[in-house]
Amino acid sequence: MKQIVIISGKGGTGKTVLTASFASLAKSKVTVDCDVDAADLHLLLHPSVKERFEFRSGQTARIDKARCCECGECIDMCRFDAIGKDFVIDPVSCEGCALCSRICQYGAISMEENVSGEWFISDTRYGPFVHARLGIAEDNSGKLVSMVRQAAKEIAEEEKKTYILIDGPPGIGCPVIASITDTDLAVVVTEPTLSGIHDMLRIIDTTGHFQIPVKVVINKFDLNPENSGKIEHICESNNIEIVGRIPFSAKVPRSLVQAVPFVEYAQDEVAGEIISIWNKIESIIQEKKSSN
Amino acid sequence: MIVSVASGKGGTGKTTVAVNLALSLKNVQFLDCDVEEPNAHIFLKPLISEKTSAFIPVPEVAEGKCDCCGKCQEVCAFNSIAVLPGEIRKDGSVLIFPHLCHGCGACSYLCPRGAIHEVKKEIGIVEKGFSDGIQFVHGKLNIGEAMSTPLIRQVKKHIEPAKTVIIDAPPGTTCPVIESVRGSDYCILVTEPTPFGLNDLILAVEMLKTIGIPYGIILNRYDIGDDCVDIYARGSGIPILMKIPFDREIASLYSKGLPIVGYKSEYDSELKNLLEKVNTLIGKMNFNPQGRNGFS
Repeated sequence: MKQIVIISGKGGTGKTVLTASFASLAKSKVTVDCDVDAADLHLLLHPSVKERFEFRSGQTARIDKARCCECGECIDMCRFDAIGKDFVIDPVSCEGCALCSRICQYGAISMEENVSGEWFISDTRYGPFVHARLGIAEDNSGKLVSMVRQAAKEIAEEEKKTYILIDGPPGIGCPVIASITDTDLAVVVTEPTLSGIHDMLRIIDTTGHFQIPVKVVINKFDLNPENSGKIEHICESNNIEIVGRIPFSAKVPRSLVQAVPFVEYAQDEVAGEIISIWNKIESIIQEKKSSN
Repeated sequence: MIVSVASGKGGTGKTTVAVNLALSLKNVQFLDCDVEEPNAHIFLKPLISEKTSAFIPVPEVAEGKCDCCGKCQEVCAFNSIAVLPGEIRKDGSVLIFPHLCHGCGACSYLCPRGAIHEVKKEIGIVEKGFSDGIQFVHGKLNIGEAMSTPLIRQVKKHIEPAKTVIIDAPPGTTCPVIESVRGSDYCILVTEPTPFGLNDLILAVEMLKTIGIPYGIILNRYDIGDDCVDIYARGSGIPILMKIPFDREIASLYSKGLPIVGYKSEYDSELKNLLEKVNTLIGKMNFNPQGRNGFS
């Protein structure tokens, strides 16, 4: 079983559109949405939820007003400015370190477990799909990402699937790191804009830091040929293979409105390129397998 | 006045809106709080005059003083300390995992032997400069660093409330976004008219309701999808502040790291009036505190 993660650094470059098409093309796989902050893949895969789990993570402090003598020690000690002058905890600021509850001389502060979201194991016509919904203004998306990935891994092992397809979040921080660790291949989707290039370099550095093999897809490559040339040059000099160049198409947002993976929406140049990208990725993974 | 620009979904045009709004106003400070992937400097090209490292405190153990009692491991809520107790003819030791540390200080404060002190660990840098009269501040998270919120907090320490402060927030709806937008007088949510744009807009709206910041929508590339965002905005009483069409010229300017202001004058007046519009909406809200988001 091989794990493939689709990431980008910059948001909105086409991660989810590509992942949904891969899910439609790959024969034997479990699909995971690791963008738990703003999950969208379910809008294209139409899951029917089979199992639902609470995501419990961390704690939040609570002050018992009856016991509190308002000495102010907790306010002084809290590094996250989570305790107001009125001795009420701001649950958004509280990181759940519990220092206040440990130092309160009056035993007025207790810690309560957070339910910070839900995650799901679903059926789709593309096979099993693991996804999540982080609670509003909740923390710890990295932990939730690790959780859905673990569930996907167990399903993939049990059902002997060939691939785990991971739709990653934007950025390079906590949830991204949790999405890429221990994967076999990271597919970086970029676009020929200076922002896209800047962010691609940072995500490539991040995958390098965690020693994840990386391939690049240039989306909307024809929007700025000069910048696409720059991407080609950067990848060449860093020995990174570009596995696809997808042309701009106004049909892509329309396929989202129709809520289907793009390769099922159109049989055009764009769909053809996505199919070719998937075939390349498969052969890269198979080659690796045989060389191992 | 502090106005933040956020979106839920990435790539909808946050930086475009934030940068061009800043360029349309006077006496502006610009804060790029997307410290994982900062992009505003590409468009504003500030001359950086000040560069400081951002640190978080992480624990360090003085081995001579430590008796491996295990208290620090017990009080650490983030599993960033492991104590290996001593065995016969072998001393114990304390392992610290700095990337998990939140810097709460519990271990050093509660260590019965006073064996833990805190050292500074660099998580990124904060750069400050000027661009065409705009005061510019951004943060850059170090590669491989997981926690962006402490860096965002340090970027926001530079806020000058006497100026009009524009904050470019990261995508998403969780901690880094909340850290970026909190304290704002108003938040502009940039979205696009697709089911993805709508889904993530609703999440962002829920987040802003929870932290109590008023908001309005800018609908970018309003002609590429359907009318789902319009219908939602109307039904929820959320103002649409501006609509921007899909325009290959804007896309081309963006790809070259150029702003709209100065290159496409047809948006000038709408951009200039945006802040006034926001001010009027905030004013109305103060007169009508019971109203849903102030606008019903």
